[in-house]
Parts: sequence; C-alpha cells; structure tokens
Amino acid sequence: MDMLARAMPLQGFLGGAMIGLAGAIMLLTVGRIAGVSGLLAQTFGLTPSGSLNLTAASFILGVPLGVVLTQYVNGPVRSFYPSSFTTLIVAGLFVGFGSRLGSGCTSGHGVCGLSRLSPRSLVATCVFMSVAIVTVAVMKFSGLSK
Amino acid sequence: MSALLSLISGVVFGAGLALSGMADPTRVTGFLDITGAFDPTLAFVMGGAVSVMAIAWRVQRHMNAPIAAKKFDLPKTMLIDRRLILGASIFGIGWGIAGLCPGPALAGLVIVPDKAIIFVLAMLTGMGLYRFIDARFAEK
Repeated sequence: MDMLARAMPLQGFLGGAMIGLAGAIMLLTVGRIAGVSGLLAQTFGLTPSGSLNLTAASFILGVPLGVVLTQYVNGPVRSFYPSSFTTLIVAGLFVGFGSRLGSGCTSGHGVCGLSRLSPRSLVATCVFMSVAIVTVAVMKFSGLSK
Repeated sequence: MSALLSLISGVVFGAGLALSGMADPTRVTGFLDITGAFDPTLAFVMGGAVSVMAIAWRVQRHMNAPIAAKKFDLPKTMLIDRRLILGASIFGIGWGIAGLCPGPALAGLVIVPDKAIIFVLAMLTGMGLYRFIDARFAEK
C-alpha cells in the first residue's frame, strides 16, 4: 500500500555515499571528523576553547553551497519543515543542547563514529534513534504533530 | 589549504544530503514513524555513508598524518557516561519533534530559509546554553 511508496533506496544509498565521501575528505586531508554539530559549535566559538575556527566555518558554509549546486545541476530539492514556530524553536534548542552534551549528532556519531566501530558512538546512535522513534510516536498519538 | 579542503567536503556533504532526500525532515520522520507509512530511505543513506567512511578509517590507520594538516585531531574519549546518554536522549527528542538534525538544518537555509533560520538560531542558542552551563559546572 502506502508503505515504502516514497522510498528511494538507490538515490538514498548514492547520496549517503557522498556524505561518506565528504567525511573521508575531512578525515584524510584535514584530519578531522565531519560532525556537523561539532563543526558548527567551532564556527561560532561555542566550544570550551571559545576560539573561532576557519576550517570548521568553511565546512559549514559548504553544506548550503552543496545544496545550491545540486539545485542548479539536478533541479529543485524538496524540504517540508514543520510550520509551527514553537516546534522549530523547541526542537532547535533540544538538538543544539543535546548534540553538545552528547558530543555529536547524526553525522558525527551516526556516520563517522559507527564506521569507526566506536562503542561510544554505537551507544549514542542507538539512544538517539530509539528516543526519536518514541518521540515521534508520542507526538503522533498525543495529537501534537497534527 | 585545509579551509579549502573542508569547504569542498562541506559542498559534497550538502550535495549528498540533497540527493539522498535527507534535506527533507518529513523523510526523516517517515523513517522514525514506525507505526505509520514507514519510509526506509534513511537506512539506505546511513548504509551508503557508513560503507564509504569505513574504507576511509581503514586507510587512515596506515597514515601517520593527514594529507593537508600536521596531525589527526580525532576524539579520544572512550567513556560511555551519563553525559553521552543524557545528551543523546535530549538530541533524540529534538530530532523526533521536527525531523531535523544539524546538517539538514543548514541545507534548509537555502531551501526554506524563513523556517530554517528559526531552527538554526534556536539550535545555536541551545549550544550556547550548554557552553554556559558546562563552564559554570567546570568552575566548581
């Protein structure tokens, strides 16, 4: 039925491979983890050292540039954000705070850490995946997600 | 040189997000919503990313230093502590609420700028809040 109707396995795998390639470039040339939350914090001096970092800022600038380039070459990229301001603000606060306290997000723990077979990242990924699944279910059945 | 290389890495990352459909938070919530019209795309994205990155880690093991920097600057902590669990849980709640994590939020800035900027500013505020609280606890 509806199930799997939207799935894009091949495009997903290829796009994912590009995300992995981006991580590989970062690791092998610059020697750093392509973890977006960490690089974002370094860009704005929100780390313990407090210093701004040009290498991190370049990566952060590159991400939207890559999207623009894709739109130019491959056509429009779709994205449907939640419409509620409250949802965006609350989610943003949680994502920002949690990713710093837990030292990583989907890219850092989920991609770079898992592929490194880091037990720490495996635990973090399992925790945020399960918590997110529960959150989506709670939102849905409490009517919060409309 | 390292700034140019990380810019290239960021561009490839952004293009990968866009092509894989992960710039769209409804695809992410579609994956997380196991009781609804489940969309498995995210699993394929993770599979592709982890496969390529696993090769990179194998190559890295044989290198003394990265190509364009003096040394590797990688996480050394092995600790699975309360901070990791609590942080991942808080992150998971936020990720579930909107289907957005930091990468797709940056991608959104050029697709749905009016909404993405709100999320990004809130996210930076959350990071700043953590920095503030962490610094206060570190003093004691």
